[in-house]
Amino acid sequence: MAFRALLTRRTLAAASGLGPNGGVATSFRGLQTFSLPDLPYDYGALQPAISGEIMQLHHQKHHQAYVTNYNKALEQLHDAMSKGDAPAVVKLQSAIKFNGGGHVNHSIFWKNLAPIQAGGGEPPKGSLGWAIDNNFGSVDALVQKMNAEGAALQGSGWVWLGVDKELKKLVVETTSNQDPLVTKGPSLVPLIGIDVWEHAYYLQYKNVRPDYLKNIWKVINWKYASEVYEKECP
Amino acid sequence: MATATVAATAPLSNGFLLRRGPNEGAKSARGLQWTKNHRQSPSSRRFGAAVITAKFDLKPPPYPLNALEPHMSANTLSFHWGKHHRAYVDNLNKQIVGTELEAKSLEDIVIQTYNNGDLLPPFNNAAQIWNHDFFWESMKPGGGGKPSGELLKLIERDFGSFEKLCEELRAAAATQFGSGWAWLAFNPRPSDGKELLVVKSPNAVNPLVLGYIPLLTIDVWENRRPDYISIFMEKLVSWDAVSAKLEVAKAQAA
Repeated sequence: MAFRALLTRRTLAAASGLGPNGGVATSFRGLQTFSLPDLPYDYGALQPAISGEIMQLHHQKHHQAYVTNYNKALEQLHDAMSKGDAPAVVKLQSAIKFNGGGHVNHSIFWKNLAPIQAGGGEPPKGSLGWAIDNNFGSVDALVQKMNAEGAALQGSGWVWLGVDKELKKLVVETTSNQDPLVTKGPSLVPLIGIDVWEHAYYLQYKNVRPDYLKNIWKVINWKYASEVYEKECP
Repeated sequence: MATATVAATAPLSNGFLLRRGPNEGAKSARGLQWTKNHRQSPSSRRFGAAVITAKFDLKPPPYPLNALEPHMSANTLSFHWGKHHRAYVDNLNKQIVGTELEAKSLEDIVIQTYNNGDLLPPFNNAAQIWNHDFFWESMKPGGGGKPSGELLKLIERDFGSFEKLCEELRAAAATQFGSGWAWLAFNPRPSDGKELLVVKSPNAVNPLVLGYIPLLTIDVWENRRPDYISIFMEKLVSWDAVSAKLEVAKAQAA
């Protein structure tokens, strides 16, 4: 879906004959670059929950900036690694975490949303629905919990519904800045992430983050969340 | 200057005569405190059966809301100050009512609730009030230009040149991921002899909690235009305010 556009040169490198057992002496390590995934819906398709203006800026400016800066940081990392410049490698980590995280998180976010006509807002059925009832009591209770944690997050970050693929449990977590969910636990897989950076809602909701959180559930794509859940907990 | 709404349950006649001098001030909750950097000034004093406590008020910027146009719009100021800054004040007042923090100065609350990094709930609101008060004061209509006098001397001593300082400030502002602030601060106990330094901090954290004395700040919360930092440095920054704060900082450090 959206990930199809992500890796470009990796496929090229694979096609050029450097397979897994390509023990060629002069090995060329192709650098993967990432690109902005397309949205599976129009910018205006999530209105009135999220304005078209926000969707366009969020996608074309913010997410694009993360992609651009991530690629830049990776190139600099590649450079530093080939020179064996350890301090430079270490110094680049925060830019990689921030921009790479921004790219990862937003790529998930676009799939977490869907227009109402495409099922946005429809409550989860099947195994995810049952798991939510077991872990939180009801979908409503889960929503209240996520909204409370999202509203209380200071500064910038994300609120997540995730599944611990080892323990087979659902969790609600928050991360700061662009830290991906996995930074809270290596076995955590994101099902739904809600961006609570101001850029995600300010133009429409101003500083009233709770209103944004209340409304975004009308366009949350539970179908996608269920798919991911069923893959981790078959 | 600072206005405090005072709720008294007994006559005030004796309360204020016992105000102490600027650099004294018992830090106990029972004494009247008046430190030099007070802005909102709650004071609490047990006087017989009467307890006077005061809430924090939203302090306005030292210029009208449209005074920074066209560089910072009245609309921006009215939202940033009128909604965000106001929300921090309202929320802090709710948090401290009935607690010992009610009797403390804003700076004391900031440092106490920073709790050496293990933040207590009122920290975010208290520090953001402090930071925003400071931010409005860091700007003025017709700002920009260059610092002069003692301030310029110290800048040239500790950074090499005014241009180097600007570079460092811009870099700090541009690389504070997410939400935060970039500062010029005064270190009263420098190990390398450099009293001035550039600091960046996330969310509500400010140099007070690091033991430095802030001189200037730029709000670099994420909803900023790319040329905002340039505009701030060229058109808004109040070097007069910075010089004044430097005076105070040196006096306090001496």
